[in-house]
Amino acid sequence: MTVDPGPAVPPPGSPSVSSGAQSGFADGEWHRLHPATPFLRGGLTLFAIAGIVIVNLRDILLDSVFGGPGGPGSEGEPLVLLTESGFGGLALLGVLVVIVALVVGFYFSWRMHTFRITDEVVEVRSGILFRTHRRARLDRIQGINIQRPFLARLFGAAKLEVNVAGQDANVPLAYLGSLASDQLRREILVLASGTQRAEAAATTDPAALAALPLVAATPGPATGIVEQRVNELLAPELDPELAPRESVVSMHLGRLIGSLVLSETTVFLVLLIAGLAVVFARTGEFFFIAPLVPILLGTAGFYFSRFTKSLRYSIAGTPDGVRVGFGLFSTSNETLPPGRIHSVQVSQPLLWRAAGWWEIKLNRASTSAAKGAAGQANTTILPVGNLSDVRKVLELVLPALVDPESIALLERGLTSSGRTDDGFHNSPRRARLLRWFSWRRNGFALVPGAVLLRSGFVWRRLVVVPLARAQGVSLTQGPIERRLRLASVQVNTVAGPVSASLGAIDAPTAGRFFADAARSTIESASADTTHRWGSAAVTPASFPTSHFPDGAPA
Amino acid sequence: MTDQPLPSAGLDHAAPTPSDASSPDASLPPASIPDDAHWPPTDGWRRVSAKYIVVDVVGYIVSGLMMTAVSLVPLVLFHWSLGWIPPVVVGTVALITILLTPRRVRSIGYQLRADDLLFRRGLAWQRFVAVPYGRMQLVDINRGPLARALGLSELRFVTAAAAATIVVPGLPEQDAEELRDRLVGLAESRRAGL
Repeated sequence: MTVDPGPAVPPPGSPSVSSGAQSGFADGEWHRLHPATPFLRGGLTLFAIAGIVIVNLRDILLDSVFGGPGGPGSEGEPLVLLTESGFGGLALLGVLVVIVALVVGFYFSWRMHTFRITDEVVEVRSGILFRTHRRARLDRIQGINIQRPFLARLFGAAKLEVNVAGQDANVPLAYLGSLASDQLRREILVLASGTQRAEAAATTDPAALAALPLVAATPGPATGIVEQRVNELLAPELDPELAPRESVVSMHLGRLIGSLVLSETTVFLVLLIAGLAVVFARTGEFFFIAPLVPILLGTAGFYFSRFTKSLRYSIAGTPDGVRVGFGLFSTSNETLPPGRIHSVQVSQPLLWRAAGWWEIKLNRASTSAAKGAAGQANTTILPVGNLSDVRKVLELVLPALVDPESIALLERGLTSSGRTDDGFHNSPRRARLLRWFSWRRNGFALVPGAVLLRSGFVWRRLVVVPLARAQGVSLTQGPIERRLRLASVQVNTVAGPVSASLGAIDAPTAGRFFADAARSTIESASADTTHRWGSAAVTPASFPTSHFPDGAPA
Repeated sequence: MTDQPLPSAGLDHAAPTPSDASSPDASLPPASIPDDAHWPPTDGWRRVSAKYIVVDVVGYIVSGLMMTAVSLVPLVLFHWSLGWIPPVVVGTVALITILLTPRRVRSIGYQLRADDLLFRRGLAWQRFVAVPYGRMQLVDINRGPLARALGLSELRFVTAAAAATIVVPGLPEQDAEELRDRLVGLAESRRAGL
């Protein structure tokens, strides 16, 4: 029994509590994960099984001591059968062997699971019989997220996942010390940003200083591990020192509840209840009312989990990119370095219109196992927010669009009816055959380094594609569109929930859009340095640098 | 659109020009998108081998026959009175598709521009794609059995976006390999991130 799931042992090589801001992991040497890892990853089920066995054994023990003949229900229970058949000892031995084998297996899998972080790559070696060796280049990092399930939080552990472009190409490091994982993330991002090591030390300094009060506030091991855990549990989800206050967008509680109430689920539920009530009123049979109970219980659970998962939601701009965090019991937060956002969509479901709420989704090159807020895909970066939230989030995810003209254009893109000349190249009047209501609003705008596609009259939608990330531009025309001298344009991006396409545009205008967008794509891409975002920055610790240093007017 | 920060002139002075039908490269079907001096380029399109028509026609004949056979099921097995309608409709559609194949193949064209690969195809549904060389993830060359017999290859220029992946069919083997090497070289010199 070498595995000690207790929290008292600090992870090897990670002086997580005492040594301030350095995790000690990013030194190019091989390290192991948190010793509680086997327990947190799968050992829990083992304990659950053991618990069930023990409870059953206790019943048998009580029966044999008090001479009870066993209840009528216990006839078929396997354990009862075993004890009565006399093979009990053998069975017990078998169970013990299995448990020992599992424990040994867990221990070795922990021993063999090592990782290292160098200036160029993150590497993980794992597996006992089937060894895997995974290596991810730092300049290809698409994001890093840290998850803290409730149980892991109790043990002061966290799951760190390095996201790289592609399906199933992520590098998970589960589990690490909670504090160490935060520091490791910062170190990985500093390495990935291309900032030189000497500068890196300087860069971490302000952050380290910022982290110091936190470290000082959390008492060392001498003060007691329990107190430290409690402090960690009660700490705010977003370290206030990490991001400038004005860049933080947090979720308003009333808005969160309102967005849940005004959702498609609610509409469906109301319709269902109304339907069942009508049927009940006409037939008078309780048979039709009965399914309501499980349905109501299910939806209540759904609302509750979405609610708790969206609590403490915040988006903030940190020096290493946009940080999205949320969660009350189990927390999760993710950092997207600059230039990892391939397209952005701001949309407004019809039910949210009166309240003026919007939702923001992204396309990203990586897929993460981690869920986003409210159990949605983590491509939903803002589950619900008003116009000023949207403005702040767009500033964070599209740092290139800083000039007032572009910002004004973005806002007009959201709310303008398109009746007046609002800077968008909208569909001509003849497009109303294809876009019955939205033809006035259906249009695009080109700003330096980005394309804005606006559509929808009932369900409003604005898509912004930073051209430095666009993979190509296409133009299509079907037979009906040809008759109407219309065409469709599409900015091709990596797969995701956002589709940057726009139909029913005046054909010559679409042709010029195609030519212009194709040219700016090339210009933006060649001017783009975000794969090593820190190396091009004027000061290493500056706010996320522009995607388009040459394109955007300062 | 008065004070809009367009990156360049492109969209502001639209000079109506004669349509493509009178363009020097009359072998291409007239593109109906133009109306503009810059777009789409009327010349400079490189076309795929005419032998590819054979490949496409044979493919359509085979699939047309199979679908017609399937559509015969109601007539032959169940003796429905209106059972002749599906095979006639399917057969007609297949025939039109086959007859239009030469024009459709001639509509396929590509251009190696300074910094991007421009591709077009389609008659009724036209599609133009421009993909910067730097976005290339890999280049594939595939050969089907019939195409190989005719000495043709298919080149796939794959990017991170499915819609921006270009497939140029019907290239003579030599051309396909040269094009691949050229594209790899161009992509290498214009390396861009994801």
